[in-house]
Amino acid sequence: MKRETLGLLVVFILLALVPFVAALTGQASWTRLVGQALIYGMAAASLNFILGYGGMVSFGHAAFFGIGGYVVGVFYHHFDAGTAFLGIIPGTDQMLITLPVAIVVAGLAAALVGALSLRTGGVQFIMITLAFAQMFFFLFISLKTYGGEDGIMVRRTNSLPGLNMKDKATLYWVVLVFAAAYYLFLRRLVQSSFGQIIAGIRQNERRMAAMGISTYRYKLYAFVLSGMGAGLSGALMVNFLRFASPDMMHWSRSGELMVMVILGGVGTLAGPFIGAGALFTLETTLARFTEHWMLPVGILLLVVVLTTKGGLMALVAKLKGRAE
Amino acid sequence: MILLFEQLLNGLQYGVTLFLLAAGLTLIFGIMGVINLAHGALYMVGAFAAAWVAIQTGSFWGGLVSGLLASALAGVLVELGVMRRLYARDHLDQVLATFALILIFNQSAVMVFGRQPLFTSAPEIFSGAIEILPGLPYPTYRLFVIAVGLVVALGLYVLINKTRVGMLVRAGATNRQMVRALGVNIQGLYTAVFGLGALLAGLAGVMASPIVSVQVGMGDEIILATFVVVVIGGVGSVKGAFVAGIVLGMFDTMLRAFLPATLQQVMPGPEAQALGVGISSMGIYLMMALVLLIRPRGLFAARG
Repeated sequence: MKRETLGLLVVFILLALVPFVAALTGQASWTRLVGQALIYGMAAASLNFILGYGGMVSFGHAAFFGIGGYVVGVFYHHFDAGTAFLGIIPGTDQMLITLPVAIVVAGLAAALVGALSLRTGGVQFIMITLAFAQMFFFLFISLKTYGGEDGIMVRRTNSLPGLNMKDKATLYWVVLVFAAAYYLFLRRLVQSSFGQIIAGIRQNERRMAAMGISTYRYKLYAFVLSGMGAGLSGALMVNFLRFASPDMMHWSRSGELMVMVILGGVGTLAGPFIGAGALFTLETTLARFTEHWMLPVGILLLVVVLTTKGGLMALVAKLKGRAE
Repeated sequence: MILLFEQLLNGLQYGVTLFLLAAGLTLIFGIMGVINLAHGALYMVGAFAAAWVAIQTGSFWGGLVSGLLASALAGVLVELGVMRRLYARDHLDQVLATFALILIFNQSAVMVFGRQPLFTSAPEIFSGAIEILPGLPYPTYRLFVIAVGLVVALGLYVLINKTRVGMLVRAGATNRQMVRALGVNIQGLYTAVFGLGALLAGLAGVMASPIVSVQVGMGDEIILATFVVVVIGGVGSVKGAFVAGIVLGMFDTMLRAFLPATLQQVMPGPEAQALGVGISSMGIYLMMALVLLIRPRGLFAARG
């Protein structure tokens, strides 16, 4: 336990140093890349909670990511134009308002989708979550007020009192703090009795039901919590890239989040972050050499799925086991 | 009225295409229990091979044969190389491995054919139009597509209900373990079913190639609609795939044709247009959600 805490602290400090290293080596883009990877890691970790711990294969997770992002975008749009959403809610650029609202709205959307989807299971569950995500995708494409297919440009990052959010490094550190807090939250969550029940449902739902646990309700709570996490990461992403578009909800984005979870290791805390970092690094590095970067990524993914059980985390554990 | 009839025929033609894709997918789903996201890639393979050969040789029929061969070959290779290792895995691994296959197929197609869409034309004898109602000329080729789809549906019906292979397929969709326990060469059956599914997907691609632009990503668009058809029809049921395919094809086409204009009568300006298009795209997914809430296993679920 002690050793794990120490390791986490070292990783946190190393990540906090990234802007300095980037400035020293003149690789300014590093801060942006690592920041994006951290946010994707949060989104993948939120998916991992239902997918890895709860055994619910949701193929529509990008919808909540996009909804969270759109909350920030819509608030900014009305703030910029001086109008009000539905004529009552004024726009704002205060992060202390936009992020909590993004979390709540994504949670409500997840409650709606989850309440209906969780009545099915197996293949049908995968497909119905995908269907709901597609509905949100097409809904946002059809909203011409908010840019339709083009999305919303958020010209200025939301402000936080006392911080200069225009500064790239400051924004990065804010993201890092959120990612660290979310990691700790998830660690607490999976160790809690609630997390134990969720894991129990994955292992044997019928037995949990026989023990008197209302499994549908617990699965729904987990689904909503997970959607809220995705909403938070989407809101951060829009702040980070200053852009919200329906592309955030495209079904291939949901696929990518699943890839990150698998690549890193299903049902592990650090796995999704490692997977997000690995996939993101791989994509950007390969994209520098060839425009056909999707081919090696596809082949690598296929090999990982077919040959390993447990992704990169399992590989690390295996190597560790061999070394000791 | 004439417009309505024309759109109904368009819907029928789209529905037949969906059926060709869904028939193979639902059998693969039902018998092997795998989710194959890459089914749309086989559709793309068929379309590309047919279009390329048709452009090179100038013969639609040469394209038809090569499209069918290419997609069936690709299907058998995918089954032997990848699918075979996935049957015992959980759905998550299947989704990811076939997602990876989509990336591989799409990117290979970009490398071979580039990003520019290919355009081909219908064969000469079907290049005209027939006046099916007074004042309504309808392209002969689209009627041909509908006819091919219906013939294939009939052929599949006979194959599945009247032959020994079909009996094994039905048995496999109902209870896989039992078929294996009775000493049937299940590996061979799997490869054959997968190849047949790929062939049907390729046929759908070939038939669509003169109507749509043949380009990378064409499979991704239609595969989602195909999944909706499979799930609504009931996993493993070819009859369900037929009914759901035709109904959804017509429903989708009708929404796209008439909803934007209808909305424009009650709402002002370009927003109504955009909203109409958006809601039409949502239509089939909404229908699937409704069906699953009432019948969680689809309309004609094969497995009890």
